[in-house]
Amino acid sequence: MSELGVTPGQTIGPFFHYAMPMPDDRVLVPLDSPGSVRLHGHVYDGGGNVVPDAMLEIRQCDASGVVPRVEGSLRRDGSSFTGWGRSGTDSEGHYWFSTVEPGPTHPGAAPFFAVTVFARGLLDRLFTRIYLPADPEVLAADPLLATLDAELRRRMIAVRDDDGSLRFDLHLQGDQESVFLAYPRHVG
Amino acid sequence: MTSLRTPVPADLESQADLTAEIKQLQAETRPGDAQPRLDWPPYRSSLLRHPTKTLRYADPEGAELVAPVFGQTDIGELESDLTVQPGGEPIGERIKVTGRVLDGDGRPVRGQLVEIWQANASGRYIHQRDQHPAPIDPNFTGVGRCLTDDDGWYSFTSIKPGPYPWRNHRNAWRPAHIHFSLFGTEFTQRLITQMYFPGDQLFALDPILQSITDQRARDRLVATCEHELSEHEWLLGYRWDIVLTGTHATYLEPGDE
Ligand SMILES: [Fe+2]
Repeated sequence: MSELGVTPGQTIGPFFHYAMPMPDDRVLVPLDSPGSVRLHGHVYDGGGNVVPDAMLEIRQCDASGVVPRVEGSLRRDGSSFTGWGRSGTDSEGHYWFSTVEPGPTHPGAAPFFAVTVFARGLLDRLFTRIYLPADPEVLAADPLLATLDAELRRRMIAVRDDDGSLRFDLHLQGDQESVFLAYPRHVG
Repeated sequence: MTSLRTPVPADLESQADLTAEIKQLQAETRPGDAQPRLDWPPYRSSLLRHPTKTLRYADPEGAELVAPVFGQTDIGELESDLTVQPGGEPIGERIKVTGRVLDGDGRPVRGQLVEIWQANASGRYIHQRDQHPAPIDPNFTGVGRCLTDDDGWYSFTSIKPGPYPWRNHRNAWRPAHIHFSLFGTEFTQRLITQMYFPGDQLFALDPILQSITDQRARDRLVATCEHELSEHEWLLGYRWDIVLTGTHATYLEPGDE
């Protein structure tokens, strides 16, 4: 079957901050609640400058490896886990989420956050994954990571901060350019 | 009286030079590309913000196969009508923008979130970084949300946004547009784009729209003005349908053919 004419993307532009992020959409679980983790990092451009007008969205499983199909990500009820969040970057190019670590979807699977990235200056959205730092054997067996050399694999894995947070910096371009993904059926 | 006008920066390129650059690059690209080029120098802000490596193909799994779910609890009752404001009505041409959200196989995307944001009738956003010296409309925030219905239809009532200047090059103007944010049934279908109004003379001059190098693909971002959607002595109707990329799920949901 032929593809319908897919609607092209366009940049999110500079003026989304007042429109898109909601007060709690980055707070998937209450701050510092039991089992919560802070996922955070900076977004950089190819010149090493921070990107203060980027937006990240994450989609993830819950701690037991199940993808929630629950509404309420824009106006949280404080108890449901929706498995989706959105964070703009601040003037320092920093984003953060309060969430839980996703569990493996099946035994031996390497858990990850699915990520979409938008920014002024970026003409279409980018996809990537943020893998949890886990057993190297589990990571090496992941179908995507297995296709990458050690350096690129490292760039897809979050770093554990001393306070337990997960840190993941995103580089849109440059020496440390992040690994961005396309999926089958993405055209053009 | 002090002037709001800023001096014309002499170091910025002219529109004629920029248009020539666009034409040159488009001549070098193959027809049929449905998506904007990320490596697109005419849009100056993109220079350091586009990846230079080829995208890696991944087979979607887990959370990538399931879009976020939104419902009535996510949306305020009046969020689909941007003209309803506590202080009174915004100034401008009242419009309706409506259409269907479909996936790459033509199936309606049901009960899914659609978000929009836009400038007011004079081309000004309520955003502290917008320094365009055009009046702010106290009765217009320019932000809307709704859920699609069972046939994939969304609908917003708003006012027609004005074109606005920006600093990409000298005397640069964006054609009037509404920013749209869309989800499908899978995470992989996420889309943020811009809808344009038919007949705008600024299309050919705009490096953002022209980053889509294929004319037919660009045309998919332009709404049509439809008389049947217009309302007697009330508003003009525009139709704009959106087609997301295809899904990967191998099953059909009940009721789907
Ligand atoms: Fe805009």
